[in-house]
Parts: sequence; C-alpha cells; structure tokens
Amino acid sequence: MEIFFTQLTNGLAVGGIYALIALGYTMVYGVLKLINFAHGDLFTIGTYLGLSLLTSLAITDKLGPVAGVILLAVMVMCLVGIVGILLDRVAYKPLRTSPRLSAVVSALGASIVFSNAIMLVYGPSTKVYPHDILTTRVLDIFGLPVPVMRLVILLTSIVLMIALYGFIQKTKIGTAIRAAAIDQDAARLMGINVDRVIMLVFFIGPALGGAAGLMVGLYYGQIKFTMGWIYGLKAFTAAILGGIGNIPGAMVGGLLLGVIESLGAAYISLAWKDAIAFVVLILILIVRPTGLLGERVAEKI
Amino acid sequence: MSLLSVNAITKTFGGLKAVDDVSFQVPKSSIFGLIGPNGAGKTTVFNLITGNYKVDCGSIRFNSEDITGKITHKIVEKGIARTFQTIRLFGKMSVLENVLAGRHCRIRSGPVSAMLRLPKQRAEERRALGKSMAELEFVGLGHEFANIAGNLSYGNQRLLEIARALASDPRLIVLDEPAGGMNEQETAALVDLIFKIQGRGITVLLIEHDMSLVMKACQHLVVLEYGKKIAEGAPDAIKENPQVIEAYLGSDDDVF
Amino acid sequence: MIDKKTKFRRLVYAAFVLFWMTAPLYLNKYFIDVLNNVALYAVLGLSLNIILGYGGMFHMGHAAFYAIGAYTTAIINIQFGVPVLLIMPLAGMMAGLFALVVARPIIHLRGDYLLIVTIGLVEIVRIALINNVFGITGGANGIFGISSPSIFGYTINGIVHPHHYYYLLTAFLGITIVLFFLLEHSRFGRALRYLCSDEIAAEGSGINTAGYKLAAFVIGAFWAGMTGTLYAAKITFISPESFSFWESVVMFMIVILGGSGSIPGVILGAILIIGLPELFQGLQQYRLFIFGIALVIMMIFRPQGIIPPKPPKYPVNRLDKSEVVL
Repeated sequence: MEIFFTQLTNGLAVGGIYALIALGYTMVYGVLKLINFAHGDLFTIGTYLGLSLLTSLAITDKLGPVAGVILLAVMVMCLVGIVGILLDRVAYKPLRTSPRLSAVVSALGASIVFSNAIMLVYGPSTKVYPHDILTTRVLDIFGLPVPVMRLVILLTSIVLMIALYGFIQKTKIGTAIRAAAIDQDAARLMGINVDRVIMLVFFIGPALGGAAGLMVGLYYGQIKFTMGWIYGLKAFTAAILGGIGNIPGAMVGGLLLGVIESLGAAYISLAWKDAIAFVVLILILIVRPTGLLGERVAEKI
Repeated sequence: MSLLSVNAITKTFGGLKAVDDVSFQVPKSSIFGLIGPNGAGKTTVFNLITGNYKVDCGSIRFNSEDITGKITHKIVEKGIARTFQTIRLFGKMSVLENVLAGRHCRIRSGPVSAMLRLPKQRAEERRALGKSMAELEFVGLGHEFANIAGNLSYGNQRLLEIARALASDPRLIVLDEPAGGMNEQETAALVDLIFKIQGRGITVLLIEHDMSLVMKACQHLVVLEYGKKIAEGAPDAIKENPQVIEAYLGSDDDVF
Repeated sequence: MIDKKTKFRRLVYAAFVLFWMTAPLYLNKYFIDVLNNVALYAVLGLSLNIILGYGGMFHMGHAAFYAIGAYTTAIINIQFGVPVLLIMPLAGMMAGLFALVVARPIIHLRGDYLLIVTIGLVEIVRIALINNVFGITGGANGIFGISSPSIFGYTINGIVHPHHYYYLLTAFLGITIVLFFLLEHSRFGRALRYLCSDEIAAEGSGINTAGYKLAAFVIGAFWAGMTGTLYAAKITFISPESFSFWESVVMFMIVILGGSGSIPGVILGAILIIGLPELFQGLQQYRLFIFGIALVIMMIFRPQGIIPPKPPKYPVNRLDKSEVVL
C-alpha cells in the first residue's frame, strides 16, 4: 500500500509536468495541425535558462525561496515564450502553405539545432541545480508519506492548466484561438488576426514548457541537454492519449501517463520504464488515434 | 439484366443520414445518371459503391457478386473504375504514368521479377505502355503523354482521369461530375466520349450537374434528395416529375 | 539527342565512380574507413529510401531493422560459429519479418503519427536490447568477438585492413544500386510513387496501397538487416547505443537532404552527412547543429532535396503502331 501510494503521488507529480509540456503540443497542433517536434527542446531551454538565471542573479538568496522561484518562473516563461515565437517565425512560418510534412521535417531540424546549441553553450555533461532552495519536508497524511514538493508541483501544474483553460474559454482572445483552431480561413474572414493568434500560441505553449523545465530542474536537480527529447516524447504521448488539440485532454493524458508509468515502473519493471510510454503511444494510435477525449472525423473524399 | 444492383444502402455520418435506404439497378451497357441538389448524397453513394466508405446496412451486388464491404482496389479489380469529383490525379507525375496507374491491377510482375528484369516482366510493361497510350488517344490526349499531369487544363485533367479509369478495363465506369469545370465545347465533346465508352460495352454511371449533358446522355436517371431516392425513370419523365422540380426549385441549384 | 545537362551529370557520375574505385590507391587507412562508413550509410539510406522516398512514409525507426540484422548476425555467429556472410540473408529475413509484424498495424497512420510511432518503435527495440531480452543480447555491454567475413578462406578484417573491407562494401553498394534502380523503374516502384502522391487516388486506381506499403517496409527492412550483418562483422562488436534513435535521424537526414526518391541523391546525402564532417575535424561537435540548420533551410528553399529524382522515361516512341491497342 505504501509503495502504491508513493508511486501514485510520484506519478501525479511527473504527470503534472508531462501535462504542462503536452499543452504546448496540443495548442500548436490545434491551430496549425503541426507536431512541434522542437517543443521538448524548448522545455530543455527552460531548464538551462532557469539554472543560469538562478546562479547568476542569486534571486532566491535575495527574495527568499518562494518569491524568488516565482519571479524566476516568470522570467523563464517569458524568455522561452520568446524563443517559441522566434522558432515559429524562422522555421515554420515560411512553410505555412507547404505540404504538412515539410514543416514536420523543419521541426525536426529545429529540434536538433536547439539541443545541440544547448550542448555547445553549456557543454555535453550533466549540470546540477543548487539543491538547497526547496523544502525536502515530507508530510504525513493518514500515515502515508507525501513529499511537499510533489504536492507543490502537482498543484502548480493544475493552477497553470486551469488558468490556461479559463483564458481559452472565457476571454475574447481565447475565443479567437478556438476559432482559428476550427477553421483558419473562416476565422480570418471574421476579422481575427490569425497570425497574431499563432504568435500567441507559440508564446503560451513554450512558456508552459519552460515552466515545466524549471520545475524539473528544481525538483530533480540533474539536467542534460538531451533530456527534452524524452520528456517531449512522453508529453506528446500524453497529448495523444488525451486527444491532441484538446486542452483538458492534455491534462488528463499527462496525469494518466505519469501514473501509468510510475506504477508500471514499480510493479512491472523499472528497466522497462521508458518503454511503457512508447507502448501506450503505439497502442493508442492503433486503437483510438483520436485519444480519450477526441472526436472521430471521417475523411472527405 | 442489371450489372450493378444497389439494395437499400444506408450511411450515417455522426447522426446525419447521408444516404438513406437507397436502391437502384444499373442495366448492363446503359448510361445511368444519379442527380440531385447539392448535398443530396450522390458522391457518398459513389464512395459506397467503390468501397471508399463502408455501408451501415444494405448490400451492393456487381455482376451478380456481393461486393459490399470489399476494399477499394479489389472492387477496381472486379471491374468498377471511378473518377473523382475533386480531381485526384498524381499531379507531379506524367500524363502517361497516370494512365499506367489504372493499368496496374491488370499486370502482375512483382518486385523480384523487376529486380531481375525477367523477359516476361519486360513484355508485360511494354503491353501496358501500348494500352495506356491507346487509352490516351481514345480520350484525345495522345499528344500530351509526356506532359506533367498537373499542368493540363482543367477539362483535360478530367479526361485524363477517365483514361486512367478506362485503363483498368472496367465493366462499369463511375464518373463523378465529369463535366465540372468544362466549357460548353468541352462538354459536348465529353458527351460524345461517353457514348464512345458505351460503344466499347462499358456501362456508365455518372453524377452530373449539367442538366443538358444528363438529358442528352443518360437513358435512365435516379434522383436523390437529403439522402433519399425521390424519383427514378427516363429523363423525359424525370423532367416532368413535380417532386423533382420541387427539390431543385427549393434549392439554389441549377434548374433544368 | 543528349542535352548538356545530361552530359554533365554523366560526367560527374563517371568521375565519382572512378574516384571510388581507385580510392584505396591513394587514401590512407583512416579515410578508407570513412568511405566504408559512407558506403554503409549509403546502403542504409537507399533501403530507407524505398519506404521514405518512393513510398513517402515518414519512417524514423530504420535503426531498429538495422539493429535486428546486426544482432541476428552476432548471436548466430557467436553461438553457432556460422560464417557471417552466410548469416546475411537470415539477418535480412529476421529484420523483414520484424517489419512485417510491427508495420502491419501502423502503416495506415498519417504521416506525422507514423513518424512518432516509428520513433517509439526504435526506442522500444533499444530498451529491449539494453534489458538483455531473451538473455541473448548481452545487455548494455553488447556482444563482442563477432568474426570477420571470409571469402574463399580469405578473411576480410574491417579493423586491421579497411582496404579489404572497402571492396566488400563497394560490391554490396553496387549491387544495391543496380537492384534498387531496377525496382524504382518498375511496376513496384511506380505503385509506391502513386501512393506517395495520392493514396486515395492510388487505391481508387486499383492499387493495393496497404499491401505495397507493407512490402516497402519489408524490403527496406530486409536490406537494412543485411547491412546490419556487414556492420557487425566490420567492427566485430555491437551494443545498443549503436542503434539509438539518432542513427535513425541520421538515415532520415541522408534521404531528405540528398533527395528523397533519388538514388544519386541518397548517395550524395551519405557523403555529405557521414563523409564531409571528417574533412573538418575541428568542427566535429558542430556537426548536428549544422545539419539541423540545413534541414530547416532545405525545407524552406528546396524541399525536394539536393538531387531530386528524375522523372522516369518510357520508350513510347519505340512502340509499334500495332502495339498501341485498347
């Protein structure tokens, strides 16, 4: 029971991170029908920027851990969001009218560029976050141990996701994003500035990915330039699992995948942990490519 | 004697009945028209016949064989070839290669005999080439064989689709708006071509909006509205049918 | 008859063949080994080209087939002492069989989904190899001591005598080029190009699209598996890290940058991506960075690759009037 509970909270924390990254895939896919393969690397950029800012500005020393980390998060999110906009401008915008797969190859190229740029700047070896910033306290809930940080990560992810969902559903700009996702041309005819919508999507998605990157850095401590690749694939799996293009789907998919993976690692095999996500991905694409919350559409001939 | 018999087929898309209990019989060697206002479900009927969609219920028999639910290329092999409403050529390939695609299911050699360039394979390729050129000449595109398909005029692209379909030696050819985008002169030539196809013993089933073409070419018509069959008969009788007139006047579509 | 461009192209090809055949005379061991790698990747690229180039299927798990060929070779060679060259067809068959099983449920997936699933596939294979599946793959350490190929009792050692191995690889590359050229210019090659161009139109023209996609996967995998044999026998040691996702990316880049669907394009791709960085040793660490940029730039300015495929010619004017019949 204790193992199960530990794995469950662990899975939910990791799942929250997957969900945050998955939102970036799902938003871009929703509007552009493009899998942004470089998204995982934007996440990595978030982790590395977080480390740089943390060590160079020493914010947490000046402001204390809570306010410091929040300020750090805002800075990282803005910077990664800007990188996201630049990525779209350089690698995707010229390909809007090209066959879809050209943009996919370009995304792959961008991913390679990002991960190698990080390697060239920071070096190929593993980097370590300062580990005295966050609390290591463990709460005791009905006799079961719950590390505070897991709760914090899960809650932060959920708060960010709900904020995004509210923004998309309740605001005028959110409505414009939804309209562009359904039909870009119609949205344009209705006077929506689709280019600005795309820009916004390429800011929000990467910003959330950057936030996830910072969380991973702070919580796990060790970071490597290739990490975005595996986190990206898992978050993409989460997006597919929930139904790509669907924001609540990304949340559900992320949390679910996190739990499946961590329970699988505990009860099936730790060595096969990484394979679990891929098996889930393949199965879902074969059995129900629209995901759990997606709708099926017939192809027009 | 009917070549194709469609029996009470129904197809639903997310709650909407696109085709609702439609039946008709296409007699051998006839020119048979399927008409109706936009969104009546004509193309869906075609897609059901050619296996692009699967029927929810009902059956389709071709040449007294049940072809319901068969996969598209199998149906082509059985002798039903089609053209598409939204032209679907292999746009970057040559005109000749497009026709060769239609010939594909009538030749046999696989990858191994290709890698070994067996004499049988070479003879077969040569025959396919001759046949394809003949089909191009049949539709009047013989001189265009080396051109890129996407560079042809709209009307000629429609003719190329017909040539590609004919190359598979079909018994039934299914034409989805063959005159779409053609001018009057081209349409007149198309009517002649349709009669020439009939003259080869091939049955023609067509959807068309150009009523003058339908009235001139077809011997028998079926009218659909909202997925249901509302009338059937000879063109002259259909022209007078009050329900048909109602259906067309009630929409923004071309009237007779 | 022959225009200037064709003449020039033929001249370049002839010069290249001449260079390739005489290279061992003036290149040292190191550079011959570089060319050996170019040849290996050219064959891998050509085998991927059947799936990705002709068939247009975005397959990024080719390293999985390569790995299965290499591991089949290593295991059978070590366990039963069978000479590696005899194992080659079996290695191809194992990879082909694997492709048949795994590709079947996924070939209907749309382009970008197929891409991601094949990435998943190659990772699963790698994790399986690391976890020493069936207890025969040697885990993360891999397998040592694979024997070198021998022909008529003459052993060709890929490490000590890269010159000797060069001829073996050149022969295999030559055979591959000829066979794949014939394949490209046949009913089979055409069918793949039709379904790449428009799958629905191809199926509607009577082409068994699912069957051809599967066949493309099996043939591509078969060849990658055989290449796996030559790789394993060349370095005599294999480990899961040699077959990571990045291997698949490299093969993918070779095809896309060189010219997908084009045999000369793929060979040029292998030269640029495997060979060229060796000339700029100091820039080794920038290699992937530069190729990533190249991918983006190519997609924007020349998506068909450096040498796009030439439209095939058909001997229409050699047809007799009597042959043009309905």
